Amino acid sequence: MSLRATTSQTIGPYLRIGLEWMQIEDLAAPGVAGERVAIEGTIVDADGRPVNDAAVEIWQADSEGRYASPEDPRATSLDRAFRGYGRSLTNDAGAFRFRTIKPGPVPGPGGRKQAPHLVVTIFMRGLLKQLVTRLYFPDDPRNADDPVLGLVPAARRGTLVARKQGDARLEWNVVLQGKHETVFFDF
Amino acid sequence: MKDPAPYRRPYWNTQPEYLFPKYASTVKRAPAQPLVVLPHTLSEVTAPVFGHDDIKPTDGDLTKQHPGEPLGERIVVSGRVLDEDGRPVPNILIEIWQANAAGRYHHRVDQHDAPIDPNFSGAGRVLTDAQGHYRFLTIRPGEYPWRNHHNAWRPAHIHFSLFGRGLMQRLITQMYFPGDPLLDYDPMFTCVADEKARARLVSTFDWETTMPEYALGYRWDIVLRGREATPMENRR
Repeated sequence: MSLRATTSQTIGPYLRIGLEWMQIEDLAAPGVAGERVAIEGTIVDADGRPVNDAAVEIWQADSEGRYASPEDPRATSLDRAFRGYGRSLTNDAGAFRFRTIKPGPVPGPGGRKQAPHLVVTIFMRGLLKQLVTRLYFPDDPRNADDPVLGLVPAARRGTLVARKQGDARLEWNVVLQGKHETVFFDF
Repeated sequence: MKDPAPYRRPYWNTQPEYLFPKYASTVKRAPAQPLVVLPHTLSEVTAPVFGHDDIKPTDGDLTKQHPGEPLGERIVVSGRVLDEDGRPVPNILIEIWQANAAGRYHHRVDQHDAPIDPNFSGAGRVLTDAQGHYRFLTIRPGEYPWRNHHNAWRPAHIHFSLFGRGLMQRLITQMYFPGDPLLDYDPMFTCVADEKARARLVSTFDWETTMPEYALGYRWDIVLRGREATPMENRR
């Protein structure tokens, strides 16, 4: 039996009505193991104008590199204290923010480890389907061997690596279109 | 650890491109650089799990969120969530939002000159059951104008957001109503070339779920991406 996946449609301008109830900008409750990190950024369009109606979702492993999902064969018990999912709706300045922990390295293709990363999904008016990208952590030597980062043209890899902004604070901006366009994936 | 089986790539002409100039907002927001093909690793085939702790049992009834009855025609919207192999997708979170019966959203950005209904917020959520079934009780949303082009009107629709078992199944889409004369003029509905794919965005009227003397039933099944049978090596 073979069905075809339902066609994606834009989230439209009124996403807050449906999605604001589950805004999760603080992912790691006190007691969750791992290195705390605050991530902030803005989304801008082709003209550099802030996008004030986007939903930014992150998905990540815990500090041991395990996903709280039954699809991770190593997840023996799902730790509800750390789900690994965040959702931030951009404000009038186009800004989103998360407070979370740095994930551990997770298994990648052919048994190679992937460097710590967040998978980032972005929805907004003007996108008929989501954008999928990744955030990597600065100054992490494992980035050099990451099998997914390695698929990205070297000159553009920097768009996927957050910038250090002081103690445990990172900045990661999303440029939708133009010279400094963020790398987006065909998923 | 064995590589996980990847999700199937979209079938030709059934998923939109980012740039679709008839929908004007895509022009400044669509990526212009080439996309990088993403292998489906453990990060892509896993997804967050939601449970009954996350929602209230009443969240699926949009007609009972305020002291009074909302205006408009009550409808039941139900169906199943399946994957491309026809298997039900159980226990996933569905979120919906919509305009009221007059075609007005309860949102500061919506300045359309139609009345707000104080008894209708227009948001709901449910989990699919073990067989992938979902059900909402709501109000039939109204059509409304938008400024995409001269005399542009959106057909009546309900926004749906779905999580899957894997992040690659994450889907946000819109459900439409049968026989809506605005569909063929709508740049969102017509964003894909495949007419069968468009038709699958339209619900069907359903006697079986219609509640006598209370609410008409509309049925809409949603299909999330399926997985390749076996892991493929060096997939690019």
